[in-house]
Amino acid sequence: MIGRFRRVTKGLALSLFMMFAYAQSAVAVELTMYYPVAVGGPLTKVVDGMVAEFMKANPDIKVKAIYAGNYNDARIKALAALKSGQPAQLSVMFSIDIYELIEQDAIVPFDDIVETPEEKAWLNSFYPALMGNGRTGGKTWGIPFQRSTIVMYYNKDAFKEAGLDPNKPPATWDELVSMGKKLVKKTGDKVDRWAIMIPSTGYPYWMFGALTMENDQVLMNSDGNKTFFNATPTVSALEFWQELGDKHGIMPKGTIEWGTLRKNFLEGRTAIMWHSTGNLTVVKKKAKFDFGVAMLPANKRRGTPTGGGNFYIFKKTKPEERKAAMKLIRFLTEPKRAAEWSIKTGYIGTSPAAYKTPELEKYVADFPPAAVARDQLEFATPELSTYQAGRVRKLLDDAIQSTLTGKKPAKDSLGSAQTQSERLLKRYQ
Amino acid sequence: MSSAHTTRNQVYGWLLLTPAAILLITFTHYPAIATLAQSFFSTGTVSRPSKFIGLDNYRSMLEDEVFWKVLENNIWYAVGTIPISIAIALLMAVWVNGKLPLRGLVRMSYFTPTILPMIAVANIWLFFYTPEIGLLDQVGALFGFASHNWLGDTDTVLGCIIAIAIWKEAGFFMIFYLAALQTLPPELEEAAKLEGASRWTFFRRVTFPLLMPTTLFVLINAVINSFKLVDQLFILTKGGPDNASSLLLYYIYEAAFSFFDQNYASTLTVVLLLMLAVIAIGQFVILDKRIHYR
Repeated sequence: MIGRFRRVTKGLALSLFMMFAYAQSAVAVELTMYYPVAVGGPLTKVVDGMVAEFMKANPDIKVKAIYAGNYNDARIKALAALKSGQPAQLSVMFSIDIYELIEQDAIVPFDDIVETPEEKAWLNSFYPALMGNGRTGGKTWGIPFQRSTIVMYYNKDAFKEAGLDPNKPPATWDELVSMGKKLVKKTGDKVDRWAIMIPSTGYPYWMFGALTMENDQVLMNSDGNKTFFNATPTVSALEFWQELGDKHGIMPKGTIEWGTLRKNFLEGRTAIMWHSTGNLTVVKKKAKFDFGVAMLPANKRRGTPTGGGNFYIFKKTKPEERKAAMKLIRFLTEPKRAAEWSIKTGYIGTSPAAYKTPELEKYVADFPPAAVARDQLEFATPELSTYQAGRVRKLLDDAIQSTLTGKKPAKDSLGSAQTQSERLLKRYQ
Repeated sequence: MSSAHTTRNQVYGWLLLTPAAILLITFTHYPAIATLAQSFFSTGTVSRPSKFIGLDNYRSMLEDEVFWKVLENNIWYAVGTIPISIAIALLMAVWVNGKLPLRGLVRMSYFTPTILPMIAVANIWLFFYTPEIGLLDQVGALFGFASHNWLGDTDTVLGCIIAIAIWKEAGFFMIFYLAALQTLPPELEEAAKLEGASRWTFFRRVTFPLLMPTTLFVLINAVINSFKLVDQLFILTKGGPDNASSLLLYYIYEAAFSFFDQNYASTLTVVLLLMLAVIAIGQFVILDKRIHYR
């Protein structure tokens, strides 16, 4: 009895060993990659499709691409996996996570991985504006992938109805206010259509980054250890935002929900919305009216922060894994695939070469709004990103919301946010 | 002989307890003790390893305005949800315990909110509260009310969150009351009728006192839930605007996973645990004496 049992186990062990050995010979490197999705649409399918293509072209590399929720979830999952000793080799994470990841000693700079001059040139093949959040201390830590900016979506039918030229969206803050007053539609006291909605939940600091840049002021330095929340242009930018609702009456008072804004726009409840370019394809599919996309209006200059996710390679990786990860990243950011990604989602094609591919060239020619985000890159700045990013971001978010809801004037709320952020960042200076 | 027998029995006993004990220790006792220990250390990074800092985390918690704000919110949340949801639950239970047409359907529809996942519920309510296009505003517009930014106004946002919690919980508590009501002997009601007691007197003097053990159970659950039920915040407000709807547990989540300050999160957790322990003990000690157990 026992003898037979032994024989069976032996046989099992042998066959397991053989299976394992076979798997080893077929797959030289196995990669695990987490990635987030922050906007609507079936983006996981697009990513899975591109990864499958990669494995077909590189049979010796096996990639497990794991959808990990929104940006916050992706960071939590990747860092938890790192701590548990079962790490991923690379991940797409929020571009602004860079300082956090460096402080945790979780990632390696790409400068340490690239070898050939050709690879070094590749590091410089992306739009410089998209590299702002990926570089610090003279090194490149993040490669742009699903990147966006804020653009202005506007309802051309509403512009016509208000007697405005549908091909001339507001280009300055003053025009925004004067056109906005014409765009508001009321019956009695009830507003049927607002002129503009700028979302102020979810990512208020991001929208605010656009307004401050338009006022020619950045929110932080490039070392990520100083903020400029109480600078005069910052304060007046927040005052302008608040006045859109309180003084000019062209935007609802209080905070505006990020998640339902797109529906508000699609249902014609607002003539203009500021939103991520990542929404472009969905709006295009669902809008029942003629809509346009334009750059954000300027005050002292034009401006928008970039946003979205970068590729990072983790530190706890073997050399051959790093090499395979590089291969995968290069594959996914290749101009042809960046173009495909941009067409399917609305995210920016990350390199000038992507916009020179025949596919994207044709798409942009047929659908000019797709080019707005690219053209706006010239004016783009990095998104708010500092050490202690979570806390600093919340300080600014709370300040913005307390002003928009009328609890505190901009000067006070931003002043106290600045004092507290200075306290947090002191030890990084 | 008999001592060997006892030993064997003891071994049996311990063996039977082991699986449960292992689970309890790994998932309940050890985390609680580890949390307490962590709250005395600073959050470490690679360049700055974690070190013992005594009560510093507690000190900075006391100076943290947001902490006091979320604590205040949580108290209002508890005060707003507990009595109302229990009252509604009792009312619904008494009603569906009587004879009425389509009783099964009514019971089920009261219970439905409980079985829906909170995240799904929050997604539905998000579109109720949305200004202009939301259900609330569209119904309001029929009666000529102006649109209101329910979740974007610091004065109304917590009320909105409370309303969802009540809607979600009342049906759940109703089930307990309904079960308790069905165990009450019908002779009591017949006797009361013979004595000529009104329905209200009967409820106040007989039904309600007999339901007290259930009420205690429901009350404890309601209190715990008022600290535990924060899923809707992730969808609806993320604690905003300006922390007006943030609750203690949500703030713990933010500290742990947005600020990556595990040790501050532990500190807040210890406070939450202490509060819940004190409340639970208080309820058992004070209320238990006034309850009639059959």
